Amino acid sequence: MNKTKIDFKKLIITIITFFCSIAFLLPFIWMLSTSFKIEADVFNFPIQWLPERWNAASNYKEVWFGDYPFYLYYWNSIKVAVLTTLVSCTVSSLAAYGFSKVRFPAGKWLFFIVLATYMVPPQASLVPQFLLFRSMGLFDSHLGLILLGSFSVLGTFMLRQFFMGIHTDLIEAAKIDGAGHWKIFWIIALPIVRPAVATYAILRFIWTWNDYQNPLIFLRTDSLYTIQLAMQKFTTINGEFYTLMMAAAVSAILPLLIVFIIGQKQVIEGIALGGVKG
Amino acid sequence: MQTLSVGVVIELLQIINYLLLNGVRQMKENMDIQPAKKRITKVKLKKKNSIERNESIAGALFVLPMLIGVSVIVLMPIIATFILAFADWKFVAGWDQLKWVGFQNFKDLLGDKVFVKSVINNAIFILTVPITMVVAIVLAVIIDKYVYMKDYFKVAFFMPYISSVVAIAVVWQVLFHPSQGPINQVLMSLGIENPPTWIADPNFALISVMLIHIWISIGFSLIIYIAGLQSIPKELYEAAEMDGANAWYKFRNITLPLVSPTSFFLLVTGIIATFKVFDLIAVLTAGGPMHSTTMLVWHLYKTAFINLEIGYASAIAVILFLFVFLITILQWIGQKKWVNY
Repeated sequence: MNKTKIDFKKLIITIITFFCSIAFLLPFIWMLSTSFKIEADVFNFPIQWLPERWNAASNYKEVWFGDYPFYLYYWNSIKVAVLTTLVSCTVSSLAAYGFSKVRFPAGKWLFFIVLATYMVPPQASLVPQFLLFRSMGLFDSHLGLILLGSFSVLGTFMLRQFFMGIHTDLIEAAKIDGAGHWKIFWIIALPIVRPAVATYAILRFIWTWNDYQNPLIFLRTDSLYTIQLAMQKFTTINGEFYTLMMAAAVSAILPLLIVFIIGQKQVIEGIALGGVKG
Repeated sequence: MQTLSVGVVIELLQIINYLLLNGVRQMKENMDIQPAKKRITKVKLKKKNSIERNESIAGALFVLPMLIGVSVIVLMPIIATFILAFADWKFVAGWDQLKWVGFQNFKDLLGDKVFVKSVINNAIFILTVPITMVVAIVLAVIIDKYVYMKDYFKVAFFMPYISSVVAIAVVWQVLFHPSQGPINQVLMSLGIENPPTWIADPNFALISVMLIHIWISIGFSLIIYIAGLQSIPKELYEAAEMDGANAWYKFRNITLPLVSPTSFFLLVTGIIATFKVFDLIAVLTAGGPMHSTTMLVWHLYKTAFINLEIGYASAIAVILFLFVFLITILQWIGQKKWVNY
């Protein structure tokens, strides 16, 4: 078939699917348009997809600099998500290298212990975790939150698959040249698996950013709240002001959406890889 | 083809196997080959030992941070959960107030109406998994083969999955508003006089939450299915087309059997995910109205952090653990039996 020629059947299916996708995204479109409206126009019917009376500036100003200032929670969320991602990537890639490229007798046993913890649903260990963190002084602190998200079995397992793909000859050659494991890890192995680490980093960032349960349980002080927790508190306080709630929701979703659209290929490949390994 | 989290389970079993075999072999070696070992010259042995020791130290250093983290954050707490499940203890009370009560907590669970309701709701919630999968595979086939702008569609349907559940729950809360919400206004304008009040109605609340959960999960299943579809050899379809097969025949006889490992993975991870649903319930309904949307994790959270009953909450956690564990084991058995490779 000629490539420049448009397949008519395909075009029609594309258009139909496109309308389905718009219908699928209507809640987002409604959220966005409501966040620009004045309160009185929220429930007008038929639905005004384009606001007639604009109030965007004032709505977003209230969300970002009002009683529950989102700029503060943004900063908290960025701090927690970035640090969690950094620590988690470091810990996971170190462990992944150790479990794949260093041969030591206890290795299998230790890997077994790490893998076994994957069977535990996170909520099943929640209560003792809370007791432990409280006694260690990690309750109500960002450090505690960061530690909670930093030890990912799935991350270690995923990166280990990639380290195992590095040929042993390469490692052996470096050893003969007198390089130690640390040097091999840093100069040879890590650069090879860098794309995998980047994919894992994006996923970890998204998961941490969207996490609601851990902040809810492990944070108490208002000024430490992450964006998800603040979003929920903001809703409870401003329950009658739907435009403000939608402006807050847009604010909570948008930055991650941008990260996602930029890193789209990596996220989708990462998710697919997490599910299906060829 | 093998899925990553199924991979974790398989790897685990292989290690168990290896450790068992290795243990036996080492015992044999100790008995048989001892004299042979002595023949190795002392120098060689010394050198070999020092290399081995260096490897051990290096290995230990690399895996130590992960090991400590996992032990402190997951392993110790889950053991503690199993111990505390046999105690009667409140948060605010000191450790000396802790009383051991045997299986009393578990007996109480059976008579706990909210707990039973939670288990039932969890079971009903599993229905979201096949529904999501059916929608996702149809979309995946369409997007993979029959449309332009593939990347746009992937992003569009993936958006709910990437968005924060809290924000999504807030949006749907307003959409579901009983009298003025856009959904009911549309329904009323279509001539339905008394549309359901959705999350305010005990009969509809769980269905509403399930609908949102499906809406969120479709993107994930879709991406996984598209990846699965791309691993099917094109020649199979070409051969079928030459035999004059129509689209449905190809879907039924080529696509479905060949993506069965993917379907199986989605079924298992989907079911496990339903046991972890928390954000949606916490923000949207708080388990209400009249406990109609309570789920295991929500009940656990309320018992532990609102009623502060640690022992009782730990018993719920044990049940939750056992459910998920059972599904994981079934997953491994099923992987062998039902999946066509």
